[in-house]
Amino acid sequence: MAIADLANPSRFLNLANRVIPWLGGLTVIVFALAISRAMNAPDDYQQGATVKIMYLHVPGAWLGMLGWGLMTVAALGTLVWRHPLADVTAKAAAPIGAAFTFMCLVTGSLWGRPMWGTYWVWDARLTSVLVLFLLYLGVIALWRTVEEPSRAARAAAILTLVGALDLPIIKFSVDWWNTLHQPASVLRLGAPTIDPSILIPLLISALAFTLLFAVLLLAAMRNEILRRRVRTLRLLQASTTS
Amino acid sequence: MEAASHTAFIVAAYAVAGAVIGGLIAWVMLDYRAQLRRLGDFEKLGLTRRSAARPAETIERTEA
Amino acid sequence: MNALSAMLARDLRVAVRVGGGALIGVLFFLVVVTLTPLALGPDLALLQRIGPAILWLAALLANLLALDRLFAADHEDGSLDLILTGRAPLELVVAVKGLAQWLTTGLPLVIATPPIGLFLNLDAKAEGTLVLTLLVGTPGLTFIGLIGAALAVTLRRGGLLVAVLVLPLTVPVLIFGVAAANAAVMGPVPFGTPFTILCALTLASLVVGPFAAAAALRQEME
Repeated sequence: MAIADLANPSRFLNLANRVIPWLGGLTVIVFALAISRAMNAPDDYQQGATVKIMYLHVPGAWLGMLGWGLMTVAALGTLVWRHPLADVTAKAAAPIGAAFTFMCLVTGSLWGRPMWGTYWVWDARLTSVLVLFLLYLGVIALWRTVEEPSRAARAAAILTLVGALDLPIIKFSVDWWNTLHQPASVLRLGAPTIDPSILIPLLISALAFTLLFAVLLLAAMRNEILRRRVRTLRLLQASTTS
Repeated sequence: MEAASHTAFIVAAYAVAGAVIGGLIAWVMLDYRAQLRRLGDFEKLGLTRRSAARPAETIERTEA
Repeated sequence: MNALSAMLARDLRVAVRVGGGALIGVLFFLVVVTLTPLALGPDLALLQRIGPAILWLAALLANLLALDRLFAADHEDGSLDLILTGRAPLELVVAVKGLAQWLTTGLPLVIATPPIGLFLNLDAKAEGTLVLTLLVGTPGLTFIGLIGAALAVTLRRGGLLVAVLVLPLTVPVLIFGVAAANAAVMGPVPFGTPFTILCALTLASLVVGPFAAAAALRQEME
């Protein structure tokens, strides 16, 4: 089966139907491994037991960024190749990416309370992730506002591309703004070397979450294709009965 | 450090992550069922998409 | 070139005649600045400290809320179809419309800033830098806003939704605009650093804005 065959929505549905149960099973296994490794991982000498929150927080941040990256590639697919499957990918990825970004924000804030003494600090990383979350919500709102799917896809694609251009600049400006305002007392996590006893569980956890993202994305794309079929049938029904 | 108070935050973080993951899985599964049910309703009415066999006259209407 | 100058003249005329919204942005700006001390209390020292930030935020909102109907109105009266079929490159037409929009909304804000700044107890030096940063920053805001205005044609509604889509994108301009306005008065960084970056951001949005907005308009009008 060639890659080009996947471009056909029906073929994609067949493939998704076959892949989702296996990939889902693999995700469950890797998650079980990740949880057992995270439970047995030692505490950090500085963060204590709260380092366990990092096994959720870091994958959340990674998937939040991966989600926008996927949407950017899909946006090019929508605008350049006019590919319906690109529209479907972009639409399905938005809520999933937003959910993981939300998870990153909430776990980060729950980590900050014991470590920094407050649920929220205007730390550069937290602030950029918050802006990313707002951009996700904007794209989802746009998808929900335009009824006709291909028009919505093109509008969302342009917003996604502009966002992808702007996100590094936002990250840069928030970093700059933060170093200007950052009180020196705040603890920083920026240790570049992470001990393998913590790094390996973190990588396994990131793998588990990435697999979960893939399964959810495939399933959401399948739903979206079916939703479009329902829509076509509704229009057909309306045109034949009138 | 005070380990007991930290445990509450760790449990809360895992609970939030569980809720997010559970919510996503529930959304995807319920949505799937809803779309399949709607497609099934149309099938009962005898309506099919253009990939299935269908009179030429309706094909023209959907292409238009 | 002729078509473009005709476009500029027409947009300026539409903005200033009855039914156009040329000065409503300034009015909005004035109202927001009046409300702020009512919320914060009349502490002149506090207002002086946060004054540039308030004026920047008010200018940002006034700019973006003013232009959400820029292309939607042209779409409704059919002139957008004429523009799309015309020979002038769409990107340039969009840029000219952005220029007209800035001349009727952004520039009045900049001119109104010194008297309004007096309400917030700003001294001459703060006023000067603030006007300079707004003069450089507001075109950037207008041209980022063009993208939202173009998307509003598809959305068939403007206002809040367009603001929600566009405001996160303006974070860099806001950060460096306020930083430059504050730097000259309070430090700690020299004025030149944030101001140069602000200029760079505006120049970048002068390029990206028209291209993205033109792409959005083309996609929508198919």
